[in-house]
Amino acid sequence: MNGARPSGPVDFDKPPAGIPDPATTAVPAELREEIEGLMSLYPDRRSAALPALAAAQRRHGWCSPEAIEQVACVMRVTPAELDAVVTFYDMLEREPVGRCAIYVCTNISCSLRGADALYEAVREAAGEDPEFNVRAFECLGACDIAPMASVGGVYVGPLELEDVGRLLQDVRARGPVLPEKQLARRLVADPRANSREFPEHAIQEER
Amino acid sequence: MSAGDPGTPGTPAAPGPPGPAGPAGGRLLLADIDEPGLSTREVYERRGGYESLRRALEMEPEGVLGQIEASVLRGRGGAGFQMGKKISFLPKGPIEKYLVCNADESEPGTFKDRELMQKSPHMLIEGIVIASYAAGVGRAFIYIRGEYVWQAEVLEGALREAREAGYIGERVLGSSHSLSLVLHRGAGAYICGEETGLLDSLEGKRGNPRLKPPFPAIQGLYQGPTLINNVETLATVPAIVRMGGEEYAHLGTETSTGTKLVSISGHVRRPGNYEIELGTPSREIIYGLAGGPGEGREVKCWFPGGSSAPVLTADDLDTPYDFDSMARAGSMLGSGAIIVVDDTTPIVDVALKVARFYRHESCGKCTPCREGTNWTVKMLERIKAGEATAQDLDVIASAQTNIIGHCLCVLGDAMAMPIGSIVEKFRGELERTIEEAGRIGGGANAPDLTTPAVTGRGALLAEQTRATESAHA
Repeated sequence: MNGARPSGPVDFDKPPAGIPDPATTAVPAELREEIEGLMSLYPDRRSAALPALAAAQRRHGWCSPEAIEQVACVMRVTPAELDAVVTFYDMLEREPVGRCAIYVCTNISCSLRGADALYEAVREAAGEDPEFNVRAFECLGACDIAPMASVGGVYVGPLELEDVGRLLQDVRARGPVLPEKQLARRLVADPRANSREFPEHAIQEER
Repeated sequence: MSAGDPGTPGTPAAPGPPGPAGPAGGRLLLADIDEPGLSTREVYERRGGYESLRRALEMEPEGVLGQIEASVLRGRGGAGFQMGKKISFLPKGPIEKYLVCNADESEPGTFKDRELMQKSPHMLIEGIVIASYAAGVGRAFIYIRGEYVWQAEVLEGALREAREAGYIGERVLGSSHSLSLVLHRGAGAYICGEETGLLDSLEGKRGNPRLKPPFPAIQGLYQGPTLINNVETLATVPAIVRMGGEEYAHLGTETSTGTKLVSISGHVRRPGNYEIELGTPSREIIYGLAGGPGEGREVKCWFPGGSSAPVLTADDLDTPYDFDSMARAGSMLGSGAIIVVDDTTPIVDVALKVARFYRHESCGKCTPCREGTNWTVKMLERIKAGEATAQDLDVIASAQTNIIGHCLCVLGDAMAMPIGSIVEKFRGELERTIEEAGRIGGGANAPDLTTPAVTGRGALLAEQTRATESAHA
């Protein structure tokens, strides 16, 4: 997160990019509408940067120069301002990635329960398949189901190495991911919290 | 590993008799949290939800603040600062003030806010509306971490319902109080859980922490006075209004009042969220509730308040779990996340895991944190690679003391405190690791211990002189 270096030689004579000209920057109408809606929620339109970039990423698959240009055009800021934001946050992608983000938590609680081997297994099984974007991730806030992963936003765990094949299969089939292992359905651990027995919750559908 | 063992003696699966604090064994936040449909307004209201808000609106804002102050509720996010005091720091009068709910829960080991937001979002919303009334705030935000996709969707749904019912918006329930409440989603950065980093992030920038003072209560979001509280803190407010602040203060200990959600993870048989009265012995939580480590294993060390807390050992298990007892034991209650490490885990692996996390999450603004986290990782890696000497442990320890208190925020401290405590408490094991790792591979990586280690500028100069001499020879 400590900042980014340009990949190629830097052209110091090139003037910095200004706020993109709406007359020459094509922005999809839906995206424009979404970003304008987001800006209206805050006293300062700049506050919409993160949700606006997330919206552009959903549309473009990653924060491409084109995506950033479009957001900058609607938000009336320079692309560099947004670029600085993109490089700071782990969930904003700076390169083209697979459709489904699989974040395997490898932080302390999950790693105590075998997350490092799990991550290697997921990475190996996913291989070069452009369908997946497999990443080792910092604590995802679900240590009660360690080791776990977030699959397109759906939390699943505790995962065994044997689950990896089916996990990827479920993503490819675009159905619910490992329904019986989803966090959403679990009851609280505290045995005295519920005064009577409640059924498990419903699972999350594919997203 | 056994994530879902059935209950053991001492922790009945069936509920016990109602505790002193009401139903569900004294649980305030987790009481019947799995009731189907609790995330909807209908079920929440049927259970008496939003009654506290109605009662609060009948009082003057000062009266509500008085209840919060009387409860002595301390912040549940990590710092443990009294919520009532924080509110009283906000300037009075008709200035634009803000309330920000910190839902960026990203302290490793912490997952209590997630359970609350996912299952009982209206409790949080009710708490925010009451707190905003007490603080005279007209604009509120919930900053939720980007990874909590499902929880954000549940909250969005609940916010829609609350707006429709008039709990949020212009003239809440016909009163003079108005509040706008917006859910803002982050995008993956631990530092945005730090209150000033969060504010910069909410303003659409990189989440770099700010210099304090001025504290957010004076100058926060958009330069305006801002009240920032954790999800659990705000979600407790309806219970305080319902019970009365003084009654709430009877729970827990004198200086750590009330109940606390504890997230237990790592090497325990029943990891998960438990609601305890503050002051409960730690052993009762780790062994009684969570079942302790697996068969034949012992607790090697435990983090009492997320991975930023100095580690405690098996000797500390009888310490009461509350803010002051944890501080006296040399650690902190932090976010209430207990991570248990059993005796099968090499301590160097724990230290490296923790240090790598903070290196990754350092925003890079302050040198002691940026460089300190980086070099700590490198030195720990050298121990694993068999390239270290026992003196390196002194260097690691001194690096930690040179980080603490020297940065804008406490991210660097958050690594320095646990790493410092690990080096101190597990020095013997680390020395053995250094020795053993050095022997592996025929000692190919082992440093030459026959010559004295270079210390200080004099030794460095001597080294250079020798090199120059041998070059001339």
